[in-house]
Amino acid sequence: MSALTSKLKVMFRRPARGGVPVGLFVLVLVTLVVVAILAPLIAPYDPNTQNLLGRLKPPGSEARGVYYLLGSDELGRDLLSRAIYGARVSLAVAVLSVLLSGAVGITLGMLASYLGGWVEVVVMRLVDIFLSIPAILLAIIMVAVLGPGFVNVVLVLALTRWPRYARVAYGQTLAVSSQPFVRLAKAMGAGPFHVLFLHILPNIIAPLAVVATLEFGLMILFEAGLSFLGMGVQPPTASWGAMLSVGRNYVSSAWWIATFPGLCLFLLVLSVNLLGDRLSEYLNPKSR
Amino acid sequence: MTDAHTLEIRDLCIDVGDFSVVDGVEFSIGRGEIVALVGESGSGKSLTALSIMGLLSGAVHQSGGTATLEGKQLDLQNDAAMRKLRGTALSMIFQEPIASLNPLLSVGAQVAESLIVHGRASSAEAWDRAVEMLQDVGIPAPDRRARQLPSELSGGMCQRVMIASALIAAPRLLIADEPTTALDVTIQAQILHLMRRLRAETDTSILIITHDMGVVASIADRVCVMYGGRIVEQAEVHQLFAEPRHPYTKLLLATIPRLDGARKQELFSISGMVPDASAWPEGCRFRTRCPLATERCATRPQLAPVGGAGRVAACWHSDKVGGLT
Repeated sequence: MSALTSKLKVMFRRPARGGVPVGLFVLVLVTLVVVAILAPLIAPYDPNTQNLLGRLKPPGSEARGVYYLLGSDELGRDLLSRAIYGARVSLAVAVLSVLLSGAVGITLGMLASYLGGWVEVVVMRLVDIFLSIPAILLAIIMVAVLGPGFVNVVLVLALTRWPRYARVAYGQTLAVSSQPFVRLAKAMGAGPFHVLFLHILPNIIAPLAVVATLEFGLMILFEAGLSFLGMGVQPPTASWGAMLSVGRNYVSSAWWIATFPGLCLFLLVLSVNLLGDRLSEYLNPKSR
Repeated sequence: MTDAHTLEIRDLCIDVGDFSVVDGVEFSIGRGEIVALVGESGSGKSLTALSIMGLLSGAVHQSGGTATLEGKQLDLQNDAAMRKLRGTALSMIFQEPIASLNPLLSVGAQVAESLIVHGRASSAEAWDRAVEMLQDVGIPAPDRRARQLPSELSGGMCQRVMIASALIAAPRLLIADEPTTALDVTIQAQILHLMRRLRAETDTSILIITHDMGVVASIADRVCVMYGGRIVEQAEVHQLFAEPRHPYTKLLLATIPRLDGARKQELFSISGMVPDASAWPEGCRFRTRCPLATERCATRPQLAPVGGAGRVAACWHSDKVGGLT
């Protein structure tokens, strides 16, 4: 037993760089991404076709010529197909909101640090304010105002999460700005835009990539949370969070409805977070 | 003065917060001339150089004085105006050659940089010019080297790269802030030789900042000695070494160990410390450490001619300096 746990420890905490575990969760991630992209080709049935005679069927059963590998939900829709299409929503929301909040946060953080003065005061105090409010609460309030839906969820997540990037970009820019090569670039006549995006950004992108990876996992959970509360993507579009929400009503009678989307979420977020951990270990020379 | 001067600095003053760190510095550099600015740490030589580039920032600011480049006055406080001149009319290189290059950008791109930021050439042309420039500064296989990162080059090569990037847009003046301090002696000699050669080929004026009298002797035409934020003596290089006319210069030269000196003799050092900028004495700032100091030194001595063409020294007792040992 102790041999097994120590082996697991070795596999999951401190593998040799490029060892199996990294490959393992990259594999999970890549599989889910491919599944999401190829959903129409992979899914056995249409995710929204109802089959009222095949309601709440357990995994592996059949009704009216439809084979439910992972069971069916309360409207007789195939859970496997819905889980496959749900991956699209989760990943699309996460990718778009990370890109958007990253672009906004990094730009503002770098400008605040480089320009100083009132820009710095305004941006960084705004960051403090945003970070002092629980993010999910902020997101719920904003969705309540803007209304639910795919685009709004992405906007709201970007709007609540940019301060994370801004704070890291701010500190890193401050550190890199005092490097001699930045001084030389200025002595060559480079303007602020050139210095920021050609000289500073490439040198601070590593820690920001780590933040982005960890945020990516969080975005998936936020989207699921908002969908669970009915504030995310609207039915009948399949989303893991919304499937969980429905499944909650049937947990005692039809455990499979909540279990499979939950499992997908768990696997995806775990892989992304482990990847983030490994990335930060890899990029931080002290832990190598 | 005449228009023959590339750069002329008049009454330059720089403050850090409320303290004056550079006080009334004046000198000029002729076309194709190499002038050395010598002084110990804290004498204000680097700040003088940065202010000519318009690169002072934070609490450090220029509080007076003018700079003229080829007859045109520089607007040192105007960052946008100075930016147009940086790299094209005025260039600067620094110590720490490796850290002065962006670790993630190919050296070719960094040499081409000032052509690109000033819109002087398309990126393909700029790259070709950068490769030529790398060849000019004596980097072998410049085609291949241009594509490498600074970490793949040695310190001496990085300094050559920096010189190439400073000179690619053919500036009128190159300011070199301790360009050889971080390099070992053989590389140092090569870099100095390179700077002399490029001066001869392009007629670029050079202001070299250093505390190393060996560097001064091997490259400079003229020397300005700084102490406490002021120039205390200015002379043609041979005159300065042969017959210093300010006690600080004299003592500074005496600190250099000599091969023909007596054996087992203790190395000479100037007694006392450079006072903090907040505690400069009234009058001559060197008087608290000067063996020739008298009551008269409490009044500030101005730079005055002391024989020889263009020789000036700021000392009431410059005629007695020769007797100092």
